[in-house]
Amino acid sequence: MELTATTTIRKPASEVYAFWRDLENLPTFMAHLEEVRTTGDRTSRWVADAPFGKDIAWDAEIVDDTPGEKIRWRSAGDADVPNAGTVRFTPAPDGVSTEVHIVLVYDIPGGTIGKAVAKYFGEEPHQQLDDDLRRLKQVLETGEVVRSDGAPWGKRARKEFPQRPAQPLSDAELAKGADR
Amino acid sequence: MRANTWAGRNKVEVRDVPDPRILNRRDAIVRITSTAICGSDLHLVDGYVPTMQDGDVMGHEFMGEVVEVGAGVAPERLRVGDRVVVPFPIACGACGACASELYSCCENTNPNAGIAEKMFGHPVAGIFGYSHLTGGFAGGQAQYARVPFADVGPLKIESDLADEQVLFLSDILPTGYMGAEMCDIQPSDVVAVWGAGPVGQFAMDSARVLGAAKVIAIDKEPYRLEMAERAGHTPVNFEEVDVRSQLLELTGGRGPDKCIDAVGLEATHGSAHIAAYDQVKQAVRLETDRPHVLRQAIMSCRSGGVVSVIGVYGGLVDKFPAGAWMNRSLTLRTGQCHVQRYMKPLLRRIESGELDPTRIITHTLPLEEAERGFEIFKNKQDNCEKVVLKP
Ligand SMILES: NC(=O)c1ccc[n+]([C@@H]2O[C@H](COP(=O)([O-])OP(=O)(O)OC[C@H]3O[C@@H](n4cnc5c(N)ncnc54)[C@H](O)[C@@H]3O)[C@@H](O)[C@H]2O)c1
Ligand SMILES: [Zn+2]
Ligand SMILES: [Zn+2]
Repeated sequence: MELTATTTIRKPASEVYAFWRDLENLPTFMAHLEEVRTTGDRTSRWVADAPFGKDIAWDAEIVDDTPGEKIRWRSAGDADVPNAGTVRFTPAPDGVSTEVHIVLVYDIPGGTIGKAVAKYFGEEPHQQLDDDLRRLKQVLETGEVVRSDGAPWGKRARKEFPQRPAQPLSDAELAKGADR
Repeated sequence: MRANTWAGRNKVEVRDVPDPRILNRRDAIVRITSTAICGSDLHLVDGYVPTMQDGDVMGHEFMGEVVEVGAGVAPERLRVGDRVVVPFPIACGACGACASELYSCCENTNPNAGIAEKMFGHPVAGIFGYSHLTGGFAGGQAQYARVPFADVGPLKIESDLADEQVLFLSDILPTGYMGAEMCDIQPSDVVAVWGAGPVGQFAMDSARVLGAAKVIAIDKEPYRLEMAERAGHTPVNFEEVDVRSQLLELTGGRGPDKCIDAVGLEATHGSAHIAAYDQVKQAVRLETDRPHVLRQAIMSCRSGGVVSVIGVYGGLVDKFPAGAWMNRSLTLRTGQCHVQRYMKPLLRRIESGELDPTRIITHTLPLEEAERGFEIFKNKQDNCEKVVLKP
């Protein structure tokens, strides 16, 4: 499965590149990631979020790194869901913004893991990636993922339709939300 | 706290809900001193805006006192104790749309942008109390509200103007003003405004302030037309006369130079068979909006004129007069109001006495009576023009 998405961020390419190059930042906006830990100059350990398939983790390596322009990576070893990604940063015509173009390729296996991943992406798999890039834009332009009462947990917004009502959260909901 | 909530089609209910908390670093919590009911709220209650949910706190016109600020709000921008009017579109101040002052199209404030994109082609900003399509933000018909990007939107009121004088800077005064501004008014212009509701009244006053030679008010409610007339505008009752003929009469056959639609998707029509056509189509969802005013404005406007649309449309319309629009060189302009753009200049016009927003307030009720407020505003009872609620 190949997914593509693009967005424009009102920040210079060097800044957008630097944020992405620190792969530990990816889970702040990518819904399917729980954690990414840097293990070496070009190597990292990725942990998927539960709905993507419980306890899936894999190693990844950066195979192409052009500062300010492009990063390519791929899963290493025997990942349960072999995958690879490319992100390119190009200056937008306005002279201040950066276009971010991303391509992700997943080699979806059979069995329960394959089913969980397919279910996670749903019928319009590119939407997840569109939402991921919207959150990347929010983080870089405003500092955080934006929360509303109806969609208080940022990364989960789309999955939660119909949402909780647009009214303030109770103490119990706030406490529960914090340890998800 | 107490809050007015959506409880299904044609039903609002004041209920107990939790107090709001800071969720993002740039939030503030505002204790609301005055809030209002808007024509846009009627579209929600009447069921024309999808993605409303039982329990959604309503209201997008509110002001009050800051009682808490998030760690990301710089004190020179906003502090506890500040008195603020809150604009209805939530805007980040940092994206491409905000940089172009298109605040109601902010690219960052709608957590449900993906859903809005499906309906509208591109997403729109978050809006307080205005469905999950615009983010699922709790609204301001309540004792307190959480205000995201509190360092961007809220306007501080540092003078001793009463709430009633500045409350409408949150929406309808800027909206009416933007409707007139989009008309690019010239001193010789006759401007016709469809709808003598609160938004229409402010569009008329703004057209006058921007220098129009004559302003015409079109509605069917005699008391609303009288209110417009008292403010110096020329009334036309669409139930009593044929609007297009009357407009030609009033303009020596030219047609109004500029036309403002301040009615939107729930327009009614003086001619029963045309009204029935759109009502049936809307009921069976072949058409989501009833575009009587849009059609009439396009057909009436003089060649080369501007049709400025501030009445809200939500989806699809039928029988759009594309031929008239195209062949007669009309310009169509529109938008949810970019309120943040207009708050300061309009505050100055209020202070100087050029605009008097209080003239439309007919009812002031406690928040607990929100349900009654909706009823009289919707059904045009008791000469209701605008309801202000006090939490
Ligand atoms: N663009 C924005 O940012 C923005 C902001 C606020 C409100 N609005 C919209 O502006 C519109 C008006 O708001 P309001 O608060 O004044 O509402 P309102 O319901 O009080 O007023 C609408 C008026 O239009 C009249 N009307 C109905 N059919 C008509 C017709 N065929 N010709 C002439 N008049 C007709 C009604 O009698 C009524 O007086 C609504 O659609 C509202 O959603 C838009
Ligand atoms: Zn309004
Ligand atoms: Zn913005």
